[in-house]
Amino acid sequence: MKSLVLVLILLAASATQAQVPYERIRDSNREPENWLTYSGNYASHRYSQLNQINRTNVSRLKVAWMYQVRGRQHFETTPLVFDGVMYITDPPSDVTALDLRTGRPIWSYRRNIPQGAPVCCGQVNRGVAALGDQIFVNTIDAHLVALDARTGRVRWDVEVADWKLAYSMTAAPLAIKDKIIVGVAGAEYGARGFLDAYDPKTGRRLWRFWTAPGPGEPGNETWSGDSWKQGGATTWVTGSYDPELNLLYWGTGNPGPDYDGSVRLGDNLYSDCVIALDADTGRLKWHFQFTPHDVNDMDSNQIPVLLDANWKGTPRKLMLFANRNAFYYVLDRVTGEFLHASQFTRQNWAKGIDARGRPIPNPESAPNEKGALAYPDDDGTANWFSPTYSPRTNLFYQNVREKGGVFYKVSVEFQPGRLYLGAVKRDITTEEPYGTLRALRPLTGELAWKFDVRTPPWCGLLSTAGDLVFSGTMEGDFFALDAISGKLLWRFQTGGEIWSNPITYRFEGRQYVSVTSGSSLIVFGLE
Amino acid sequence: MVHNRKLRLAVLFIMAPAIFRLCGLYAAGAQVPADSSLGERLYLTQCSMCHGRSGEGGRGPTLARPKLLHAPDDDALRNVIRGGIPGTGMPGTRLIDAELRELTAYVRKLGQVQPAVLAGDPERGEEIYRTKGACAECHTLSGNGGALGPDLTGVGASRSPQHLRESLLSPAADFPRGYAWARAVTRGGRTVSGVRVNEDTFSIQIRDAAGKLHSLWKAELREFRKDLTRSPMPSYRDALTPAELDDLVAYLASLQEAK
Repeated sequence: MKSLVLVLILLAASATQAQVPYERIRDSNREPENWLTYSGNYASHRYSQLNQINRTNVSRLKVAWMYQVRGRQHFETTPLVFDGVMYITDPPSDVTALDLRTGRPIWSYRRNIPQGAPVCCGQVNRGVAALGDQIFVNTIDAHLVALDARTGRVRWDVEVADWKLAYSMTAAPLAIKDKIIVGVAGAEYGARGFLDAYDPKTGRRLWRFWTAPGPGEPGNETWSGDSWKQGGATTWVTGSYDPELNLLYWGTGNPGPDYDGSVRLGDNLYSDCVIALDADTGRLKWHFQFTPHDVNDMDSNQIPVLLDANWKGTPRKLMLFANRNAFYYVLDRVTGEFLHASQFTRQNWAKGIDARGRPIPNPESAPNEKGALAYPDDDGTANWFSPTYSPRTNLFYQNVREKGGVFYKVSVEFQPGRLYLGAVKRDITTEEPYGTLRALRPLTGELAWKFDVRTPPWCGLLSTAGDLVFSGTMEGDFFALDAISGKLLWRFQTGGEIWSNPITYRFEGRQYVSVTSGSSLIVFGLE
Repeated sequence: MVHNRKLRLAVLFIMAPAIFRLCGLYAAGAQVPADSSLGERLYLTQCSMCHGRSGEGGRGPTLARPKLLHAPDDDALRNVIRGGIPGTGMPGTRLIDAELRELTAYVRKLGQVQPAVLAGDPERGEEIYRTKGACAECHTLSGNGGALGPDLTGVGASRSPQHLRESLLSPAADFPRGYAWARAVTRGGRTVSGVRVNEDTFSIQIRDAAGKLHSLWKAELREFRKDLTRSPMPSYRDALTPAELDDLVAYLASLQEAK
């Protein structure tokens, strides 16, 4: 009898674990000890209210534990943390649940990837989503898989797109209400972009929004001929969500081919946009195009950061967007109205931004046969790595790649599954590229301070109520700055390249900070 | 004495294939003849900045030779052009198949050349390498020598005589990025200058002319300067007679054995 009671208690206990109803994610600010969604909250602030680790004691941060993965690709995961477990992805599309007390694995999901799955930039994965008692992962062969959060067993597995047509998936899904939102990659191969919603219970597709619209759909007129069919505009970085407006905000990528605009005359909507979609229907509410008719590979696959603030004396729902094209934007996120743009680092592709937010292109930066010098290069100033916004400092922080390139026009020809680009790049060797962590005033884009790093970074940012900003470098330095002044307060040489966004959480009363480096996940705590 | 010291520094930065961080050169404005073929145009815009306008070599190995180390046949050459060579500065390209075919054919054409007849005597050149040149103080050859400059083992197989001569006369014209010059002054007033071995946001490692490695925290420096366009190797123009220069070039060009 005693055994039976024990079993029932254990069953009850396990039933209460690993349950993440939508309300928990929506109200994630109420449980700062956890990290429940890719960007920390739906507004994508990547800010934590935890302050046990702060400016006065961060110098005592030490490694608490490490976990090493098998993959040799870049380790780009943002972990989710809740109820004593950390969920990570490791390349190419595997998922592991780790015990927070010991760092030991609880379960792993291993996926066999078909040989030859084409990806432009590595077989990587940036994290999972959680909803209910399930974990969701996008795979490099363009499937969405639902796993049992307790065991890692597959609940369902659906094909989102055909990988043989060069579709792949690298972003973390976004779990909202009763839907899992997923985007795809593949624009470098002429894959036609879309954003999808799936039923978390069954895996049934609920809606699809094509980001390169077909005939009869608004925006199709911005593509010459049938060029929309290879139009790209893929959706390969996780977006944001406003529960009150029930709007999804998602960045879209470059048009295909990347560099040759002559085969796709027009603005090429909805490439290089942020799109606002009704979360229930997938219908377009508004869009804003940062780089019309892009010929410099200016994907807008960055994180839309949502902020409610007074704009010129009036409370408004805003969106902050540090774009790969080197301009910082403020938009009204209810209507999409353009409010502000300012250049935040070196660029030469635009002569300026007009009053409507439309850039004035500089044709000299477009690829040509002699080589066109372009700032930024095709990796952009910002990229997939996340910014952060701290309500305590009221600053927007962005890691910036300070690098140009020379682009030579070459022939372009569409073949399914083959690269579809139109130019090749050579680096500039007469100058050394570098990186900066920039703190910007959120409503003006004005620089508050900056911190230089040796080479252009691929690490995102985390800010905390301890008034710290965490970042990392390609040389393996993980460090914390004073979020107010930008002063260096702590650093640790991890020994590997840092290709991920840091997070923080609290477990058994202690705050931890986590980041990946090389093939290691490293968790830091106060000694 | 002063002259000898210059010589010790001299042969620092002759090319070494394992070290070049090549093919990232800014070659905007490369002169492309109007009537050039697709293969030639691709070569001049994509390859010449590292491999030389006629395949004579530069930051990258010479291609003006019948056999290429990493590309014994056309399939292998296409694979190298498409995928690059991991662990070297040779990047991949994203050319389409037709372009790859044309470029491969053009590179093969560059290799249809007669070996250059050199004026110098390689045996006398070896003597200069060991004595007057003091090259081994900075360069390694078959495992022997200094670590300050690039390893020269097999340098004759990867760099043309023309490029070797140019490197001796004008070392700063084209040298591996991994060997940039750096100078640091500590708060205590100690000055360290030499080759930047490594650098991150917070620290710098410099190897000085004596081969000594210095590891410094940037926060503890009063001054820090680096110059990507400056080679620590001075010119040999006045240090050797024209005949001695010919001999040294002939010796280096004779170093054909791969590492």
